[in-house]
Amino acid sequence: MNFDLVMSETPKFKVTIDTISVEVPAGTTILNAARMIGGDVAPPTMCYYSKLKDSGGKCRTCLVEVSKGSEKDPRPMPKLVASCRTTVMDGMEVKNITSEKVLDARKGVVEFLLINHPLDCPVCDQAGECDLQNLSYEHGTEATRYEFKRRTFEKEDIGPYISLHMNRCIMCFRCVFTADQLTEKREHGILERGDHAQIGTYLNKALKNDFIGNVIDVCPVGALTDKTFRFKNRVWFTKPVDAHRNCSNPKCCGHVRLWMRGDEVFRVTARKDEWGEVETRPDGTPGWICNECRFEKKQTKDWVIEGPALIPRSSVIAQGHYVGTKKTPVLIDKVIGKEPQYQLNIHDISDVNKPEIELSKIAGPAHSDDFNK
Amino acid sequence: MGVKLLLANDGVEGIRYYDTYRKNGGYTTAEKALKMSQADIVEEVKKSGLRGRGGAGFPTGMKWSFLAKPEGVPRHLVCNADESEPGTFKDRYLMEFHPHLFIEGLLISSFALGSNRTYVYIRGEYSWIPDILNQAIAEARNAGFLGKNILGSGFDCEIYVHRGAGAYICGEETALIESLEGKRGNPRMKPPFPAIQGLWMRPTVVNNVETIAAVVPIIAMGGDEYAKIGVGKSTGTKLMSACGNINKPGVYEIDMTISVEEFIFSDEYCGGIKNGKRLKACIPGGSSVPILPANLLLKTAKGETRMMNYESMSDGGFATGSMIGSGGFEVLDEDQCIVKHTMTLARFYNHESCGQCSPCREGTGWMYKILKNLEYGHGKLSDIDLLWDIQRRIEGNTICPLGDAASWPVAAAIRHFRDEFEWHVKNPEESQKRNYGLAHYADPIHVAATA
Ligand SMILES: Cc1cc2nc3c(=O)[nH]c(=O)nc-3n(C[C@H](O)[C@H](O)[C@H](O)COP(=O)(O)O)c2cc1C
Ligand code: SF4
Ligand code: SF4
Ligand code: FES
Repeated sequence: MNFDLVMSETPKFKVTIDTISVEVPAGTTILNAARMIGGDVAPPTMCYYSKLKDSGGKCRTCLVEVSKGSEKDPRPMPKLVASCRTTVMDGMEVKNITSEKVLDARKGVVEFLLINHPLDCPVCDQAGECDLQNLSYEHGTEATRYEFKRRTFEKEDIGPYISLHMNRCIMCFRCVFTADQLTEKREHGILERGDHAQIGTYLNKALKNDFIGNVIDVCPVGALTDKTFRFKNRVWFTKPVDAHRNCSNPKCCGHVRLWMRGDEVFRVTARKDEWGEVETRPDGTPGWICNECRFEKKQTKDWVIEGPALIPRSSVIAQGHYVGTKKTPVLIDKVIGKEPQYQLNIHDISDVNKPEIELSKIAGPAHSDDFNK
Repeated sequence: MGVKLLLANDGVEGIRYYDTYRKNGGYTTAEKALKMSQADIVEEVKKSGLRGRGGAGFPTGMKWSFLAKPEGVPRHLVCNADESEPGTFKDRYLMEFHPHLFIEGLLISSFALGSNRTYVYIRGEYSWIPDILNQAIAEARNAGFLGKNILGSGFDCEIYVHRGAGAYICGEETALIESLEGKRGNPRMKPPFPAIQGLWMRPTVVNNVETIAAVVPIIAMGGDEYAKIGVGKSTGTKLMSACGNINKPGVYEIDMTISVEEFIFSDEYCGGIKNGKRLKACIPGGSSVPILPANLLLKTAKGETRMMNYESMSDGGFATGSMIGSGGFEVLDEDQCIVKHTMTLARFYNHESCGQCSPCREGTGWMYKILKNLEYGHGKLSDIDLLWDIQRRIEGNTICPLGDAASWPVAAAIRHFRDEFEWHVKNPEESQKRNYGLAHYADPIHVAATA
């Protein structure tokens, strides 16, 4: 067997991101290479969505510095680049969290995204699973320097199931691509331009396609929310379980996540992966779900329940539970080449927390009794 | 008198019409070009050293040689006639008064690039010009210079004029292509570049009107001869749109060997500052390029005379220089307020941002609001630093150069006129009644003696 031939079919490029190297197939973006490494090395994303063609490049949160272009042409790139839209070259060296320039630019992007945001998290259904909250928490500052009136729009109902709070929209275009790519007829797009641009259905036409509910799942903020779930519960009080049913719609995967409290199904969503995107099904297709599964099947008897969903430990949704949380890999020691010095170790001052107790093994909310065992 | 190539026939009665243009030697260059090989035309353009006249100054011959030529895929030449940069109106002059020169340039360029369907994307506000162009196109077709098998060369070419709907961003080449395809005029992410995948994903060259027109004299006289006009990498002639507080605003053709001082003060060009006022500042290349105070405009930081060409204008980088850009030359006299002027530009960029990327969408509006406060006497000293911080975080971090174009004027105004901004903050009432005036902005600059 000619190994050279096999190798040449899929050339592999070596790329080093924040001092950690990976080999990836040619054509991979810097972002996806960084996601293979995982943890902090993966830049945050607000507009890129791997399941949507042409997405990315717009929000600029994923900007990185290319300090070495490639083995052949080692010159650094003059500007920061959007990692979600830049493909790797062999021998490329990239700085994400190790670049001051990147961290500063990212701080700027977070500030820009927030100046016109209403910050109405206390009354927003997305709170607790909002990418903008997470981004601001990690990369933002505690106070704003913006002293002007924020831009506002009227809240709109687009169809019987979906509500649009344009005030919260960050113009990631994901819903536009979803409507474009998942439904036969595009029913909404962008109206106006610049800072008064808005998502619109044009003449308040309702979105009524079978798959339009997926725009709720792709929206990184609380701009598009599920009217059947509105104000019914905080996501972190509900318990996510994976379930499926035999859906008659051939394009629907029928594998969903139920958000329950007791025996009550509060909400149905697609299953999401660790990057907050609709998961890829074992057959390689994205796990989009139809409107019927999402909005009309709210009884436990409609579903075959598989068990608790895997939730990242860092998510607030993990707070009320529970068996099976997922740890995010911590790579900071590798990136900086030494153990990080924490200003505070919770175990030094807490009487309750015992590091040897694995919280993810405790079923249900942790109780002080759990620590007295 | 400097060399005139594009405006050589300026003032000739009826030059707008085919017969007069033809009598004055029009279309003889096209006849010559159609007998040349495509590669030879590209070579002449390369030798001429012509740089794109749309603003970025990219060498045209090089751009043409990047055009991909896959078998069986049509290629297109698209002419950028969107001319929306405040202070720039030279393309309008060419199209309105010399349409046949433009069409001859389009024909030669289309032939060189192999474009059988060439598009002119013209800004919507130029509502009367498409008629002029379409009439000229019809005349050229009647005379056999457009249509099928032009002059028996076997080359077919049609030119279509497409009107924009009034958006500055549609002058950015990829937004222009999107708009031409009938979509929302949002700039595309690059790569792929238009030379590989442009209009309808076909290889495309986008060139400015003046660039295309300049191809005619280049082919007529030969690239080497053209390159002898001008200095260094600033070859040939450049059209300048002069406006502001000058005696003779208008479009001037210069051969890039004259000094800025001569351009402003000689009677052949701007004719000096209006009403005997003194020169305070100038934006030499369209609203996006850095503004310069009088002293840095006339002399470089090294104390050399600043010339009207690409190299000299950008001498000193952004710290003490500027750019020729699109050639929109805006002159400000001592009565002009830099804060107000900067605010006006910020309002423009805020209004024209397409809204795709966060730094430009949000940052341009924020800068405008702060500048409005400063201008109307509600500013704080910290606002100046905040403005600096905002522009710094927009610049270079956006999808298309509009983000940079919005940042540079603000940065340059603060860099050179910081005391005028501070004066506005410290004298909120007085600043509403009078302007800061000339201050020290025309004072000679101390040049450190070189060893
Ligand atoms: C926001 C923006 C607006 C632009 N507007 C124009 C324009 O009105 N006319 C133009 O010729 N080029 C304009 N350009 C430059 C074009 O993108 C492009 O570089 C140019 O048309 C190339 O032609 P050239 O090589 O002949 O200069 C603009 C660029 C940007 C970023
Ligand atoms: S509504 Fe949501 S998904 Fe759509 S553009 Fe706005 S933030 Fe993105
Ligand atoms: S820089 Fe401004 S104009 Fe250019 S793509 Fe971004 S938002 Fe649009
Ligand atoms: S995720 Fe890359 S630019 Fe938005």
